[in-house]
Amino acid sequence: MAVKKISVQGSEEPQKKRYIVVPGEVIVSGEDYLPSDGTRRQGADIVAAKYGLAEEAGMVIRVIPLTGAFVPRRGNQVIGRVSNITMNGWVIDIDWASNAFLPIDESPHFINKNEMDQFLAIGDLMLGKIEGITARGIDLSFDGPGLGKLEGGFSFKVSPNRVPRVIGREGSMINLIKDNTKCDVAVGQNGWCWVYSEDMEGMLKARKAIEMITEKPFVEGLTEKMESWFQENK
Amino acid sequence: MDISKNTFEAMKTLVEQGKRFDGRALTEYRAVEISYDVSKAAEGSARVRMGKTEVIAGVKLTLDKPYPDSPEKGNLLVSGDLLPLASPRYEVGPPKFDAIELPRLVDRVIRESHVIELDKLVVKAGEKVWTVIIDVYPLNDDGNLVDAAVLAAIAALKQAKMPGVTEAGFPDYKHRTKQAVPLAKELVPLSVTLFKLGNALFIDPTREEAEAAEVKCNFGLTKQGKKHMIHSAQKTGAKPFTQKELETAAILIGEKYDELYDKLKKVL
Repeated sequence: MAVKKISVQGSEEPQKKRYIVVPGEVIVSGEDYLPSDGTRRQGADIVAAKYGLAEEAGMVIRVIPLTGAFVPRRGNQVIGRVSNITMNGWVIDIDWASNAFLPIDESPHFINKNEMDQFLAIGDLMLGKIEGITARGIDLSFDGPGLGKLEGGFSFKVSPNRVPRVIGREGSMINLIKDNTKCDVAVGQNGWCWVYSEDMEGMLKARKAIEMITEKPFVEGLTEKMESWFQENK
Repeated sequence: MDISKNTFEAMKTLVEQGKRFDGRALTEYRAVEISYDVSKAAEGSARVRMGKTEVIAGVKLTLDKPYPDSPEKGNLLVSGDLLPLASPRYEVGPPKFDAIELPRLVDRVIRESHVIELDKLVVKAGEKVWTVIIDVYPLNDDGNLVDAAVLAAIAALKQAKMPGVTEAGFPDYKHRTKQAVPLAKELVPLSVTLFKLGNALFIDPTREEAEAAEVKCNFGLTKQGKKHMIHSAQKTGAKPFTQKELETAAILIGEKYDELYDKLKKVL
């Protein structure tokens, strides 16, 4: 099968060649390669299972998805909304097929079981880490820097596949946004972002910047572009 | 994920200052785009984009028995559903509140304006009349579905052509006539939905704004000569509108009607 390959340069690692593939498209043929995330083996071929950018890293082939829903992994940081309170913890909506659970032990201080909404009430936002995924559901924890209840500000959603771009290499993009808008910014792997500042204009600017980044998946040197955008829109 | 307390409070402060998350004014529509003939099977069809909101509407005509209480009138039927395609909020299964409300609101706006001359759709009184079926399907829901759906339904109706009739008396969809559906030409019913959050009134919300809104009121109106006429209104939500707010609204919905009508007129 002749495959028309369009090369797209990724910003995170510009040296590597990447190709746009659609589900069912043959990426490479032969037993020398190993299928990784977003691909599957079909006979001798390695076939894309998702729409995205195919990447060859040595003998491992993977597809970085461009669209699609969030798939939770252990260790992911997510922003969720408290949707229910139970006897021994909080039920958190993290925008996935099932709810996540935050045990009462994760509270930073002692709480009376009858007054659990003193810490997290229904409708509150929190930033947590996925501790484990079992058949019963997802367990969250507050074990890490910056994790906990998010107070004030507001939240909005971007595509979960663009989250790495919003964060940037070693957090370069997110730090750029924080410095230029004087905002506190948190980004969850599930695509939910939260911004907080005393100044409403700063928060709106941060949101606009993040939405701009997520709408431009193929732009090279995005950090420099955003730097000049902040210069123009001071 | 439902709207969080944080976002609700932030949005309330913002709209009370007269601003919005996307930088629009409170009474500003997003870019409206209307296109025709999106379906070959329908007698008339249209697609409306309002920002990221996207709705298609199709008009289908069949021959049917009239309802017993109106033997000398054609039938009007509006149906629609909120497909999972449109938003992660919607799931397959029995229609829920929003999915029942949408076609009912569209139905009321069109029916109560009497834009379709149902008495001209009679083939044989009491036995055979045309049924006008309007199907409304949102392709993408980013708020304000009702206004977009009514706009799409009217655009599709204006474009619809009657099907032929076979010798056996069945509709012949392969040979459409050039005759349009009998419409009251001077009437164009449109819907303008008003939302209230805190003490601010706004229109054309995005999905998050619609979720945060405490009250909404849907108006169906037409313009007759130089005057606007409200044919239908439905309020949802527990909080009240003050008299002063409704007085502002009465002027506002007229202005917004004209704005939408101008956009529709350009493509008709």
